[in-house]
Amino acid sequence: MISREDAFALNGSALARGQPLLELVDLGLRFGGVQALDGVGTTIAQGAIHALIGPNGAGKSSLLNCVSGLYRPQRGRITLHRAAGAVELVGRKPHAIARLGVARSFQNIELFRHLTVLDNLMLGRHTRMSLSLLPALLWLGPARRQEVAQRALVEEVIDLLALQAVRHQAVGTLPYGLAKRVELGRALCMQPAVLLLDEPMAGMNTEEKEDMARHILDVNELAGVTVVLIEHDMNVVMDLSHRVTVLDFGKLIADGTPDEVRRDPCVIEAYLGKEVA
Amino acid sequence: MTQFIQLTVYGLANGAILALAALGFVLIYKATRVINFAQGEFLLVGAYAFYSAFALLQLPAMLAIVVAVIIAAALGVAIERLVLRPLLGEEPIAVIMVTIGLSAVLKAAVQVFYGTTPRVMPKFLPRGSVDILGAIVPTDRLVAIAVAAVVLAAFGAFLRWSRHGVAMRAVADDPQAALVQGISVTRISALAWAMAAASAVIGGVLIADVAEVSQNLSSFGLVVFPVVILGGLDSVLGTIVGGVVIGLVSQYADGVSPGASQVAPYLVLVVILLVRPYGVFGQPRIERM
Amino acid sequence: MPSRATGIDPRSYEADLRLLQTRGDKLRLALGLVAILALPFALNNYWLGIVNAIGIAAIGAIGLNILVGFTGQISLGQGGFLAVGAFSSALLAGRGGLPIPLAVAAAVVVTAAAGVIVGLPALRLKGLYLVIATLASQEIIVFVVRRWRWLTGGQGYLEAPPLGVLGWHVQRAAFERTWYWVILVTAALGALAARNVFRTALGRSFMAVRDQEVAASTIGVNLTRAKLTAFALSSGYVGLAGALTAHYTEIVTWERFTLDVSVQYVGMIIVGGLGSIAGSIYGAAFLMLVPPLLSALADAVRDTAPFLADQLPALQVAAVGLIIILFLRFEPRGLDRLWRRIRDYFGSWPFRY
Repeated sequence: MISREDAFALNGSALARGQPLLELVDLGLRFGGVQALDGVGTTIAQGAIHALIGPNGAGKSSLLNCVSGLYRPQRGRITLHRAAGAVELVGRKPHAIARLGVARSFQNIELFRHLTVLDNLMLGRHTRMSLSLLPALLWLGPARRQEVAQRALVEEVIDLLALQAVRHQAVGTLPYGLAKRVELGRALCMQPAVLLLDEPMAGMNTEEKEDMARHILDVNELAGVTVVLIEHDMNVVMDLSHRVTVLDFGKLIADGTPDEVRRDPCVIEAYLGKEVA
Repeated sequence: MTQFIQLTVYGLANGAILALAALGFVLIYKATRVINFAQGEFLLVGAYAFYSAFALLQLPAMLAIVVAVIIAAALGVAIERLVLRPLLGEEPIAVIMVTIGLSAVLKAAVQVFYGTTPRVMPKFLPRGSVDILGAIVPTDRLVAIAVAAVVLAAFGAFLRWSRHGVAMRAVADDPQAALVQGISVTRISALAWAMAAASAVIGGVLIADVAEVSQNLSSFGLVVFPVVILGGLDSVLGTIVGGVVIGLVSQYADGVSPGASQVAPYLVLVVILLVRPYGVFGQPRIERM
Repeated sequence: MPSRATGIDPRSYEADLRLLQTRGDKLRLALGLVAILALPFALNNYWLGIVNAIGIAAIGAIGLNILVGFTGQISLGQGGFLAVGAFSSALLAGRGGLPIPLAVAAAVVVTAAAGVIVGLPALRLKGLYLVIATLASQEIIVFVVRRWRWLTGGQGYLEAPPLGVLGWHVQRAAFERTWYWVILVTAALGALAARNVFRTALGRSFMAVRDQEVAASTIGVNLTRAKLTAFALSSGYVGLAGALTAHYTEIVTWERFTLDVSVQYVGMIIVGGLGSIAGSIYGAAFLMLVPPLLSALADAVRDTAPFLADQLPALQVAAVGLIIILFLRFEPRGLDRLWRRIRDYFGSWPFRY
């Protein structure tokens, strides 16, 4: 593998590897009559690939949505550790949480359909850019300088994910696998402290999965970005992740290394059902 | 006090007619997700169609109503087929604009054929007045309220209990699931537009008798929107409540300051939207991300 | 699908971001400039007046497109904001005694503020509810403008001072021509500024709000701030158009700002192309040409079909509605897209693509 000398660090967290980055404690989330999360807690370590698995409807996406601020849990804490101190995420608006360094991708691709790949990626730089009106109207001057400066980092991400060919193409016209890659790229452009990926390999064939897995590994091993990964493909999960958290019906049923989780009887029961004696 | 009773009756009459027109809007929205900006113009067309049949062709009142309903229903189906269906799958903004364009065309068409001067029409609702607690109230308004109530109840029963009505609610909730169940979504869409046009026509007929037949009807028709927001888009009851409230508020506003009824419904609308963005009876939608 | 000409090799990010990329772009701009400069000498006063009206409408259409086409906030409130701009400028310049350029600038600010006020309750609304809320703002503003006696001093209409600054006044003889240059420069600068906004992070954030609001919030877009800024910017442009109308026509009445006008502007951006600055201009030109062309047609067939002349106002409204429907049916992306297709066809001819 060729190692890259990245001109820009994609990792937005200044913590040392192994230190607790994101702490989830006793999260409870209810919709109408459904208890989506019930007392879920775990700790994500800096530099890890932390997988979140469980049968459909277990609450995995809901958990990510709580971290991003799209849902508000009725109880529990979500703490993001930063060099400058710990920050409580529950109760903050999504854009504020994004500013703190939480980036994500979505299960159904939520790219900006009418914009080009480049524009989508540049939007990943949104939190680092000034939005003043007057310079924008004038263009020549601070606004243009800013565009050019940020473009440089975005081009690094384009190189990393091999998106050069589709730079100026509208994302609505991209094939599924490419679109998912662009979504990963957009999150990366945020220079995230933590990257939340919701089924990044859903609907892909084996080759596409291998490509995506390689990108995730590059991002984690070369750039040092912490990744929280929801994924159904067990091979991928066991291969890539350092730690695995298992949910079922909104409850935490296992939390450990891939090997520990694979052998856990509760996990086996959740996936395969109980043996009738 | 007598003025209050009079205003109340006038308000109820207007409100009942608005509820009829609004019901059509809700039907279309529920069955096809289309925001029909031309609903006010259906009211206009209905009134003029009835006028033509009743005053110009000298048909008996009941027959004239039937003719107007048939014409309007046909118009509704034609619009659904020729204008809306080709736009299936386009962005919501495009669909809204199409009905806005449609409303302009309908309004202008009526103007071309009938001109701008209000038409005088022989009344068919019972004349005379009734004494309610000392207030002199025209009978035609009371009859209008009664007719509207009956029609609204009939539509409500249809939606609740009849096979097609249930099918319509199914399509409104989840068109794909409805398709899988064997419901013809296209046929339901056509039915929704036909019924919407028909209910607007009945409203138009009533208002033609109670008020006048003129271009002003289309701005009366615009008030359908505050009614729909107030009543929510999910129930006939909500629509009725919305119509009644807006009708009453407008009349009382006029009583306080003449002409205020032009703006009162919109002020009510703004207040409601500030407090409850989904309307009073509406259901907030939970999006799955 | 948007196509890009091939064979362009920008060597720097600046070059890639330029508005004019190809030789064709530059040539077309040069030709356009020649035409625009020659126009006032080629047209008579009547048609020059129509071109002036197009220019002002284009500014208003750009404003509406910023809100509707670029930020996805559907609005029927255009008429109301035009009224705010027109009345503000007329009052500030007339009764207020401000020099006209200052009055116009102030009117822009006032209308932008009005946009924010209307936008605040609209923040949580989407789709149907948003349209209806803007409809409410339209009807309320028109009602106020109609009934508030102080505005017109009881006359029912307000007179606006004609164009003039620092002692110079527009000459009646060269009225349309003078206004042509004023409107041209204003519209050109306005269009350029608007186009610039959408090359920057601010404009991109508007489009993100349009395409995927929720995802936009997760990449750090403050939805409230973005929407309110869009409302303000959009209303500012519309206020400018309103103010210019006031001093151009020298009379301000509520009839110029009804729902029909809002619908007409919506038609302009649909026909021209949502989300396109150039499209706003095409659409304004297209729709503003319909009434005079219909009028000319009615005159031409006056003897054989007097019906057309009699029903002209209604037919003009019907024509606008019909055009909206036809465009949505056959070319929903508008004239902008149509033009691109034509340009690309000739650009790649004899190849298919």
